[in-house]
This record gives sequence, structure tokens and C-alpha cells, in this order.
Amino acid sequence: MSTATVETTKSWGGGKSPFNVEYGKLMMWYFLMSDAFTFGAFLISYGTIRFSTNGWPDPNEVFRSFPFAPEGVHAPLVFVSVMTFILIVSSVTMVLAVKAGHEMNKKDVVKYMIWTIIGGIAFLGCQAWEWNHLHHEGAWWGRNPFINADGTASSTNFTNYFFTITGFHGFHVFTGVLINIIMLIMTLLDKFEQRGHYLMIEKAGLYWHFVDLVWVFVFTCFYLV
Amino acid sequence: MSHTAQHEENHGNGEVKKVTIILSVLTIVELILGFWMIGITSEALRLAIKGTIIILMMAKAFYIVAYFMHLKHELKNLIMTIVVPLGLFIWFIIAFLWDGNSFRNLRNTYDPYFKERATIKVEKKAEGHGAGHEAGATHQAAADTTAHANDTMSVENKH
Repeated sequence: MSTATVETTKSWGGGKSPFNVEYGKLMMWYFLMSDAFTFGAFLISYGTIRFSTNGWPDPNEVFRSFPFAPEGVHAPLVFVSVMTFILIVSSVTMVLAVKAGHEMNKKDVVKYMIWTIIGGIAFLGCQAWEWNHLHHEGAWWGRNPFINADGTASSTNFTNYFFTITGFHGFHVFTGVLINIIMLIMTLLDKFEQRGHYLMIEKAGLYWHFVDLVWVFVFTCFYLV
Repeated sequence: MSHTAQHEENHGNGEVKKVTIILSVLTIVELILGFWMIGITSEALRLAIKGTIIILMMAKAFYIVAYFMHLKHELKNLIMTIVVPLGLFIWFIIAFLWDGNSFRNLRNTYDPYFKERATIKVEKKAEGHGAGHEAGATHQAAADTTAHANDTMSVENKH
């Protein structure tokens, strides 16, 4: 407790901290909370429209392709599970980078940040492939070539929501990768060694985990149910 | 500082490994349920599987936030300022989905055209793998039907 008090005085510059975390980290948490409301609004809007419609396309019919697949081979859920595991693994390497930062182990921070960035880029690559593939099949904002699961005509709500929400998530992944690259450069320039702590890595890590967290919801809402 | 670092190490590697395994297992179970659901036509069973998948999703979210984002090891005050506002989602989800469902029921009851459209089967379109021109034609057709659907939608909304 005594060490905590010393630290909080340093971090906040005030007498006492109610939360015992650094200012920037607290604000990152509140930013993520507001971002959660934005994503939540998107997903709830999607759910509301889906509940107010009689038919909806079957995700297993729509998302059934993967790169280099022979013609006519359909594998629902396979490609998206690869994407999901890429993001989980990159989240794990981020945890390890944050941990290495706590131990002031620059070499490990660099190593795990590089892995995290590779994971992020791999995910973006997968998403780009999937968007491109769906676009070739005729899906885009405002047009939907897929019919409903019950064989009736579908509306463009399905593709509009899919591209808007996965696009917004992809944009978050993209900025996350940028932030991680900046963190890697700062680590390589010994910025954090000079500061005496790697707290910036921790904040970037929070953002990166949030991106993974949102994918858990997007993945479930669009591909599974 | 050194004290905190020591503390970190104590619940460090083992915990990361444990949570990684839990997340992977939950994802695999979700995928198995997803595959299983493909062949199932019973609406009740499908609903039950979807419910299970959503519970597993919440469990995954919990593990990511609590352990990877470390929220579980923060002070309770901090946890509360984040979790309590997010509790609004419970109300949002119930209210909006309920509303969507009610809108569908109302339209099915009072809008014969809306109901009729949900019973007319359409031709499944040819697969657009690489076939450029043909795919382009289907795009156009799809765009036409959807534009038409949008028109009627807006007319409905004006009532």
C-alpha cells in the first residue's frame, strides 16, 4: 500500500489517487468505454433490423470461401476462424510485450511487438481478401446478391451492415497496427528506457485487446448466429 | 516499482497461458456449434445453439477484459466506473431487439405486401466466380431488385 501511495503521487501530481493508475491509462479506459458504445450502437442497430425482417441470408452460404480453394469447394466458417485465431494470438503476444515492458526487458518488448504487428497485418490481409472476394461476387454497400436462407428475396440491409461494421472494425485494426508500429519505433529509439517505464506499451496494449474484444462480438453476430 | 514488478511476475506467465487456452477452447467450441448448426432445421434447437454461442461469447469477452486488459487486478472503484455504464447495454439490447421484433409482427399483421414478400421464393443466382460479364449482369439485376425493394420500403415508411 505504501509503494502504491508513492507511485500515485508521482503519476497524478496530487495528494491521493482514487484509482491507483496512471492518468493516460485511465483515459484510455474511458476512451475504450465510449468506443464500446459506438460499436454497441452499430451492432444493436444491426440486431434490431434483423429482428424486424422476415428473412435473412444464411452466413454459411455467404462466407464459405477461402484463398486458393479449388473451384466448387465450399468451407463455411473456415476462413473466419483463421482470422479469429490470428487476432487471439496477436492479443497474446501483446500481453507478453506488456509483461516484458514491466520487466524492463527491451529485447522481448521488441520481439513481441513485431509479432503483434505481424498478426495485425495478417488479419487486415485476410479481411482485404474477404472484402475483395465478396465484391467480386457482387456484394457491396447498396447491393446484395445473396438470397435469404428461406429462399426469399433479401434486402441490402445485410451487406450494408456487414461492410459498415467489419469496415469500422478493420479501421480500428489498422489504427491499432499504426499505434503498435509507433510503439515499436519508440522502443527501438530507447524512449521508454529513458523514461524509466514502458507504460505507453500498456496503453497501446489496452487498445489492441479492445480491437480483439470487438472482433469476438462481430465474429459471433455476423458469422455464427 | 520493484514490488509491482514482482507481483506481475507471480501471476504472469501461468495466467497468460491459462487464459490463452481458455480462449482457444471457447472459440473451438463456438465453431463446433456453428458447424453443427448448419444441418439443423429445428428452429427451437437453432435458437438454443445461438443462445449457447452468445453465452460463450460473453465468457470470451470476460476473459479478455479481466485478464488481458488486466481489469480484474485494478481497484474496485475503477472497475465500477467502467462496468456500471456498460450495464446500460443490458437495457439497450432488450429494448431495441424487442422493438425490432414488434415492428416485424406489426408489419406481418397489418401490411399484406410485407408478409407476401416473405413467402415468394426467388431463383438462386448463378455463382459469380471469376465470370466477369455474367457476374456484372447479376450485379445489375441484384441492384435493380434491391433498389425496387428500397422504393417500396420508403413508401411504407411514409404511411
